[in-house]
Amino acid sequence: MRHMTEEELIAYKEGVAAQRTVIAQHLAACQECRAELERIEAVLAALNTLPVPNPGDDYGRHIWQQIASRLPERPARWWQEWFEPRRLATMGALAAIIVAAFLTGWFLRDKRTPDAIANKEQIRERVLVVAVGDHLNKSEMFLVGLSNAQPNSSSEKLVNISSEQRRAEDLLEENRLYRQTALQEGDNVMASTLDELERFLLDVANSPDEITPAQLEKIRQKIEAHGILFKVRVVGRELQERQKTTNPAPAQNSSKESERNKV
Amino acid sequence: MIRMQPSVENTQTFADSDAVAVERTLAGDRDAFRVLVERHSHNVFRLAYRMTRNRPDAEEVVQEAFLRAYQKLGKFEARANFGTWVYRIAANYAIDRMRQRKKEEARKVEPAVHEEGTENDPVTLVHDSAPTPERLAHNIELRKQMEIALAALSHSERTAFVMRHWEGCAIEEIAEVLKSSSGAAKNTVFRAVQKLRLALQPFVGRGTQARAMGTES
Repeated sequence: MRHMTEEELIAYKEGVAAQRTVIAQHLAACQECRAELERIEAVLAALNTLPVPNPGDDYGRHIWQQIASRLPERPARWWQEWFEPRRLATMGALAAIIVAAFLTGWFLRDKRTPDAIANKEQIRERVLVVAVGDHLNKSEMFLVGLSNAQPNSSSEKLVNISSEQRRAEDLLEENRLYRQTALQEGDNVMASTLDELERFLLDVANSPDEITPAQLEKIRQKIEAHGILFKVRVVGRELQERQKTTNPAPAQNSSKESERNKV
Repeated sequence: MIRMQPSVENTQTFADSDAVAVERTLAGDRDAFRVLVERHSHNVFRLAYRMTRNRPDAEEVVQEAFLRAYQKLGKFEARANFGTWVYRIAANYAIDRMRQRKKEEARKVEPAVHEEGTENDPVTLVHDSAPTPERLAHNIELRKQMEIALAALSHSERTAFVMRHWEGCAIEEIAEVLKSSSGAAKNTVFRAVQKLRLALQPFVGRGTQARAMGTES
């Protein structure tokens, strides 16, 4: 008879076990697993004794008094969220890239063929190539940094990855935006790479701040097994190539170039 | 708490009252938002305290949660539950606050242990016919170890544990707060309990001690 794992027993106790009936049946028949469950329950029962102070009957009124003067006249409408600082920072960065791409196109317009000037898609493409290329470059550096993370000293048993977590959170925001754009553009390869990267970033962002070398090794293995770093590098290099080809050059054939740049 | 006997008509009003208060707030009636604050602040405080483990931070989380809820009320979908929504906002802000607090306390050598006194502490007021000094000392030590063990959890683990074990939130709700998949959220709950167990098992004993302390559920 296979005994229940600790994970299964904890999941059972916390009411999140997938095979609840199977575990219950096993527990009814297995003294050893019942004893193990009791030990888990004892720890949780002890934790349940930790008090939560009673804030008092008029706590609601107290909170209202504290916040009433800080409330704006009316709640914000949904579109006002677009003007939140964090979103503004991302949008600002994107806007800067768009302006830069536009100006580049404008100043170099004389050197380009009439076909290329008319090609709005190409400008749009260039904007995306620059922005996503920059994002993948940052992601690559992040993955390399994480792969090389070490404890500060050999005596330390845990590795602090809190700065990597913050970095992962920042990259996540951008990644979502580019993944959605890639999907809209029908660039499935890019969307799939960004999707994999996003899952990994999420994992890191939600990991404990301090992890054991074994856990770090697991992360490294995950990077390796899924080939995330490799994929990010390949797509990044490809974008760099695209960037070169989308840069206006008099000798280049614009229609051919446009074909190659198709996302 | 004194409760009015609801009439049939009032029952509907009570059931819809959050939705009505949200609508009135959106129409510019600030008093309607006061009703929501007064109705939900206790629950939000309980969650915030369990996550931050200290009263000033919990108080800040409660205030900030309601301020953010007010600011984002335009995005709130009327069919959703306001209590659950503000709860989620509080959990998110509590994670931010814990991160901030960790940075502030980075230089401190000793982890911060509960600031409340022990006079109203259930651990010290156990149902024990003969509370010997040894038992009292053990309980105080256990309490200290529990605070340390909770403080040692990562923000995600503490959030997952508090929301699941103490607040009974659904895994999907926890996943939303942690911005992760349901599987990852479930795994975070497991990791948290496993770590707590590892840290506290030596102090709790073989499953009988907690019962002796009158904590059997």
